[in-house]
Amino acid sequence: MSKNLELLTAPLRKANPVTVLILGICSALAVTAKLKPALVMALSVTVVIALSNLVISLLRKGIPSKIRIIVQLIVIATLVILVDQFLKAFVYDVSKQLSVFVGLIITNCIVMGRLEAFAMGNGPWESLLDGIGNGLGYGIILVIVAFFRELFGSGTLLGFQIIPEGLYNFGYMNNGLMILPPMALIIVGVIIWLQKPEEDKK
Amino acid sequence: MGLRKFIDKIKPNFEEGGKLYCFHSFFDAMETFFYVPNKVTINGSHVRDAVDMKRNMIYVLIALIPCFLFGTWNIGFQHFSSHGEVATLMQNFGYGLMKILPLYIVSYVVGLGIEIIFAQIRKEEVNEGFFVTGFLIPLIMPADVPLWMLAIAVAFAVVIGKEVFGGSGMNIVNPALLARAFMFFSYPSKMSGDGIWIAEKGDAISGATPLGTLLNGGGVEQLPSVMDMFIGTIPGSVGETSKIAILLGALFLIVTGVASLRIILSTFVGAAALGLLFTAIGVSEVPFYYHFLMGGFMFGAIFMATDPVTAAQTNTGKIIYGFLIGAMAVLIRVANPGYPEGMMLAILLLNVFAPLIDYCVVAMNISKRKKRWAKAERSAK
Repeated sequence: MSKNLELLTAPLRKANPVTVLILGICSALAVTAKLKPALVMALSVTVVIALSNLVISLLRKGIPSKIRIIVQLIVIATLVILVDQFLKAFVYDVSKQLSVFVGLIITNCIVMGRLEAFAMGNGPWESLLDGIGNGLGYGIILVIVAFFRELFGSGTLLGFQIIPEGLYNFGYMNNGLMILPPMALIIVGVIIWLQKPEEDKK
Repeated sequence: MGLRKFIDKIKPNFEEGGKLYCFHSFFDAMETFFYVPNKVTINGSHVRDAVDMKRNMIYVLIALIPCFLFGTWNIGFQHFSSHGEVATLMQNFGYGLMKILPLYIVSYVVGLGIEIIFAQIRKEEVNEGFFVTGFLIPLIMPADVPLWMLAIAVAFAVVIGKEVFGGSGMNIVNPALLARAFMFFSYPSKMSGDGIWIAEKGDAISGATPLGTLLNGGGVEQLPSVMDMFIGTIPGSVGETSKIAILLGALFLIVTGVASLRIILSTFVGAAALGLLFTAIGVSEVPFYYHFLMGGFMFGAIFMATDPVTAAQTNTGKIIYGFLIGAMAVLIRVANPGYPEGMMLAILLLNVFAPLIDYCVVAMNISKRKKRWAKAERSAK
């Protein structure tokens, strides 16, 4: 059991797909200007990784290794389309904000990476846990980045005003750089900077 | 020598195990600020030059004094003349000092504070790297910039621009310019436009910089006269307006060998070349020498582009680096509809490319010598 728990928790910190493996950076830049799209994106990616890991793990013995990438892509693409349709049906406004980036989950390196590195060689239960773990590991970074970008860039969180009006009257201003994509990279860099010595100590 | 005695008396408190040990970096910095440190090198022998980092930094500070003095006076002059008042020299200067001293206090307290904290964590000595950066930052800002914004910008520049790369001497981009770029993109309403260049307590007074006038579609005839732009009685960032003061500083830096003449000259040549090209093909009607006089071009070319840490190191590399800075600055000024000033972005961009330029220059030199060697080998046979 503890090995299975490890599958779930390792990607949150010491094997984090974003800060340690440096995968999935592009979408971390694109969807983190506000917290809400970041949360939805994190959930969508988690669902896609977990389910595609599960499906590929079930199919792994029957997939000829020469065409495995094509098979993996078909599974991922199917799941992404399902997620996309689901978002359009139930949270249309967020789906509008995420626009093309939901479709681009197909190209998210984390999904492909986990399929190749894990699901092709492990059982369905472990693969499902690994998928959920990596999705959450990706999500946690997205949420941290989006938290700081929305708070300092727009003064809100999830659309609610957090920084009081009085502060603005004092001359406080929202930080325009936070809204621009480079700041997402800088925040990810700072997270890596803070995380690395902690991991090295262990 | 009361101070020496006092320092010796309180010294044990700051040594390892003393009760004020947590402030030892600060103590160390202050002690070496007042007195020459008595530490000697423990292992190996070193060839030492009298011109060390501290001396280099002091030379740059001396070179900046004319800009500082004129800039301070100009803050007052712009303020009073925008009201139609005539003030004495001392009134102008006093008003400017009131505006600029808080900027300096914030810049140094925040910057040195962060430097000391990092030195403490890394168990290194505090070095002098921030003295020049801290002196430059207020000179490249509008005088009326809010202090809390300046504090954030300085903190960002020191941490992200310098400390993450390992401190002074390891930085990729110029920290002072990074502070300005941070301000420029974070709080554009306080860093560009016409309402911010004249120091004012109440409502903003409109006073466009020459570059701002051009950006808004103004023609050359609406610009201040060449003489005004050269002397510096125009609105603008504190240190950048007076070309006379900058040239005085440049002379000092070149004579003492601190700034590279190659970089300075090639920057001017690059700007002139592209400026001439633009006027020749009719893209812009601004004469090329106007680019030297407007905005922060000269200040950047002399005090920022020549920063030995972030500039190219090879002689050929310096020429390429300078030329591209000048050309890029004029290109952004003329061709970009969004940003009036191109110098800051040009220098930052070329800072990033400087190692690549050096790499190419070295690689080309190696292949050239290889060919020469092969030729000599063949003729010997």
